[in-house]
Amino acid sequence: MNYKFKVGCNIENLKNVRDFIRGALKNHAISELEISEIVLALDEMCSNLIIHAHNCNPDDLFELNIRIEKEKPLVFELIDDGTVFDINEFNTPGIDSIIHQKRKGGLGIRLVKSIMDKVEYQKHEGRNICRLVKTVQFK
Amino acid sequence: MIHIKRLQEDGADIIALIGEIDASSSIELDLAIAKSVGEGFIKILVDCSALEYISSAGLGVFMSYIEEFNDRNIRMVLFGMSDKVANTFDILGLNELLKIGKDKVQAKKIVNEL
Repeated sequence: MNYKFKVGCNIENLKNVRDFIRGALKNHAISELEISEIVLALDEMCSNLIIHAHNCNPDDLFELNIRIEKEKPLVFELIDDGTVFDINEFNTPGIDSIIHQKRKGGLGIRLVKSIMDKVEYQKHEGRNICRLVKTVQFK
Repeated sequence: MIHIKRLQEDGADIIALIGEIDASSSIELDLAIAKSVGEGFIKILVDCSALEYISSAGLGVFMSYIEEFNDRNIRMVLFGMSDKVANTFDILGLNELLKIGKDKVQAKKIVNEL
């Protein structure tokens, strides 16, 4: 089953994005804890995209697609046409350095990498596709 | 959307977080903690019992105070987290870096013993 959501790059929209993801996953016998982790990881990815690739310009739109098939890993796609920020190329800072430098970034990427199995990027017809894959236990 | 309430009990400032903290609302948390510090509190309890969600933006706020609080001997204890919220702290190992109590009674005990 496929779910599609399109939204403007405004951080006020993050709540709607989370509600959309929760709503989609709730239909599929996935545990509450796994749903909450996936919602968190995607919130982090969308925040990064809105803030860093689109400077919170609400006129820029991005798309979130969710593909759910029984007994298969879940696939999430973030599609936009901003600047690509590949989290795989980002050296996740240690927690100690985050505390010391009072940096508020870096934690989100750490969360995404801990929660998702795979994050990959590709270009398709001039647009960026960021694909995140997560294996879940169907109840 | 986050709603923040403050009240004082036994010399401790209690900051109650109601709702969700994400990139759009983490500034509210930062301001509330800064206000508490500015007013001179050295015991700060953060009531998370009505906190439904927190993303890294909110976690980063707590992290950003760790060093300052150690230097100034300000004690902060979080309490009342739901399993889902607690899990977010656990994934990053922040449960080891921040003081977290089960409920208000335990949080008060921790803050007084620190």
